[in-house]
Amino acid sequence: MFTEPLLSGITLGGIYALIAMGLTLQYGVARIMNLSYGESLVAAAFAALWLFTSVSVNPLIGLFVIVPAAGLTNWLIYRILLVPLVKRAPSRDALEVDSILATFGLLFIAQGVMLAIFGGNYFSYDFLSIPVKILGATISASRLLALGFAVVIGLALYLGLTRTRAGTAIRAVAVDPVSAQLVAIDVRATAAFAYALGGALVAAGGVLVSMFLTFNANLGVVFTMKALIVVIMGGVGNLLGCLVAGLILGLTETFVATYVDPGLTLAATYIIFILVLLLRPQGLFGTRRS
Amino acid sequence: MSAPLLLVSGLTRRFGGLVAVDGVTLEVHPGEIVGLLGPNGSGKTTVLNLISGALKSDAGSVSLRGQALEKLPAFRIAREGVARTFQLVRVLGSMTCKENVIAGLAFGTKSRWGNEADAAALALLDRVGLGGRADVMTSELTYIDQKRLELARALAMQPELLLLDEWLAGLNPTELRDGIELVRSLRAEGRTILMVEHVMDAIRSLCDRCYVMNAGKKIAEGKPKDVLADPEVIRAYLGDADA
Amino acid sequence: MSARNVSIAVALAALVVALAFVPSVANGYQLSLAINIMNYTVLATAWTLFSGPTRYVSLATVAFFGIGAYTVAVLGEVLAWPLVLLVAFAIGFVLSLFVGLATLRLSGVYFVIFTFGLAELVRQLVTWYEVNVTRTLGRYVFVDITTEQIYWQLLALAVVVFLSGWLIQRSKLGLALRVIGDDEAVARHVGINTTLAKVVLFAFSASFMTLAGAVMAPRWTYIDPAIAFNPVVSFQVLIMALLGGVQRLYGPVFGVIPLVMLFEVLLAKFPNHFSIMVGIAFLLIVYAIPRGIVGLIEGAQLSLFRMKGAKA
Repeated sequence: MFTEPLLSGITLGGIYALIAMGLTLQYGVARIMNLSYGESLVAAAFAALWLFTSVSVNPLIGLFVIVPAAGLTNWLIYRILLVPLVKRAPSRDALEVDSILATFGLLFIAQGVMLAIFGGNYFSYDFLSIPVKILGATISASRLLALGFAVVIGLALYLGLTRTRAGTAIRAVAVDPVSAQLVAIDVRATAAFAYALGGALVAAGGVLVSMFLTFNANLGVVFTMKALIVVIMGGVGNLLGCLVAGLILGLTETFVATYVDPGLTLAATYIIFILVLLLRPQGLFGTRRS
Repeated sequence: MSAPLLLVSGLTRRFGGLVAVDGVTLEVHPGEIVGLLGPNGSGKTTVLNLISGALKSDAGSVSLRGQALEKLPAFRIAREGVARTFQLVRVLGSMTCKENVIAGLAFGTKSRWGNEADAAALALLDRVGLGGRADVMTSELTYIDQKRLELARALAMQPELLLLDEWLAGLNPTELRDGIELVRSLRAEGRTILMVEHVMDAIRSLCDRCYVMNAGKKIAEGKPKDVLADPEVIRAYLGDADA
Repeated sequence: MSARNVSIAVALAALVVALAFVPSVANGYQLSLAINIMNYTVLATAWTLFSGPTRYVSLATVAFFGIGAYTVAVLGEVLAWPLVLLVAFAIGFVLSLFVGLATLRLSGVYFVIFTFGLAELVRQLVTWYEVNVTRTLGRYVFVDITTEQIYWQLLALAVVVFLSGWLIQRSKLGLALRVIGDDEAVARHVGINTTLAKVVLFAFSASFMTLAGAVMAPRWTYIDPAIAFNPVVSFQVLIMALLGGVQRLYGPVFGVIPLVMLFEVLLAKFPNHFSIMVGIAFLLIVYAIPRGIVGLIEGAQLSLFRMKGAKA
């Protein structure tokens, strides 16, 4: 009985970690606080649903279409909508306020488009929902597969950021955009790339989520909120922090849903958020900023 | 000598792996002007930030009249009687000169408000040489005048201890002479001042005593002329002669 | 008081009296439009009361508004009307104190995130409570309040919000907030308890929003969590305040009047694409007039003034 929520919690947590990694790239590197982040996830989930039910494309194949498309869309959003804000912002705080407002507007547009197409109903599709037995617990194959993909993508991101030239540039911009410029890094191009990469990651998360959760057009806000909480709990810009915080959140939610009440998972999320704010606002792995 | 007004002992602050302030101990007595010297990056401004509460220390204590300050938030330290100016001058850009000074008068234990604050603000603007500029927006002031205004705002709080962070930096020779005169006139009023400063003329003519820091540590203390002749201090500023 | 201030005060009092007579000349549709305008005036001005000087964007307007409405749905038949309003005010005050104390010690972004999810959290909690404890989702609002009375109450609330805003601006709290808005580090170093100042102001702003929700509740005969905590309300309030301009307390009114009209038309013509239209309108405002209509007017006045100065 206990291993079942544990396994579900780890799957959910793994996905949360992946989603939060994308947000930490957008916020930590491109300095955009993206409130429409969850809408990218829901849009990717709908795309996977459509591919699966209309043209019967397996969502795992769908990943290879949806993820690059999401990356490109986010790159365009950054280039067209956000660069003007970056240019006019006198300070980092001003950019933060402007980006919050602009992406809040995007949220309602994206949500409205999805509502117009799909309506407010919940959707799911039947993909590999074969029960698998592990350690005496039953879990659906699609969940395990989603976790497997999340691990692979997360690992690839980690290696990409730490072992490649482009990854080093991204980390440099995250730490200090001004100095990064001095060592000949094109800060704006790097920020656009990081923003696109973040959008691609959350789309991957959306496809994986669609394989085992029901979703509707209004769910974006909740995913944005969870991603934000994971990022803050882990410490902005910290990938390991995302992993640990994502797992904490996933496990807490699953256990609350199993042993307390499924209607109280968001409340549990918020309690974690409040504890982080009160006890360790810089995050589990963050360092105090001077 | 009288009991110290400010007593700092074993003050330490790290930024990641860097120990910016490392076990610094110093004291300031009532009515003294004490200089805090050292090369760039030696941790002087961090010491002021730790005293004023802009930063929290990792270890050590700060006390004013025996009252512990190191755990208090900045606004409480300000109300206990510590006022400061900032290394990069910070005036309130959307306000007039008078309103800037009223911001210093209105809060804290000796708070003044209304007509009384208006009158006090005008007097303080006169005091720092900004008489007649009460209704000018701060954004229209020259650099030296912004510094004067910042000083007026600090004085408005009637502080027992005034912290000046390179208040005389970046002034031309005439302005510097005026600035030194102004600080000297504060001494005549019996103010107690701890000043971070690079301008040697100012240190020689104003300070009763000095502390010198290098790489986060205190390396010398004493009268300005003795301290400035100390071989270790010269080495800190100029590097080893035979290096 | 100078002669100019006296004449402004007299003009404003006359305006309030004139507005009080709207129900006796307006038809049903016009009155409902007037109620909408009055409601959004209260919400957007209360929003600006806090977010204007501090520059902390609050996205939780409907969380408080909905709590007010729900208080009426639950207590409307149990308590006398003034007591219901008092309870609503108190609930809004306590919740906002809590939110403020948890987030306003920290940098603004934590506050934004917290308020971003707050309406959804409250909505889910109310749903959970209704489903599990009272076992009915959705309530009928039975109170003996006429449409005219709703209008007058909103007018009175608007007067209270403007008066409080005016008094706060003239008080030490008002100065403290301006100092915080300019430079928070300086604020702390002149002895301002910045957290307390922000929390107190946020609590007042949020309590006014809660009251607006309570006063508006009888407009619906039936409410459920999806109606009471509709996130589009937070969004509309934000748009109206930004279009009007948040540098002045009266700024939002310039955004409320045109946008209530516009949204009325959009909602009638494009009921299924409403939030897309609102989103586009919002982006246009953020990009084209970031300082709002008041900012435009003041900018124009300033350049006119400069031109005159240059000629002289």
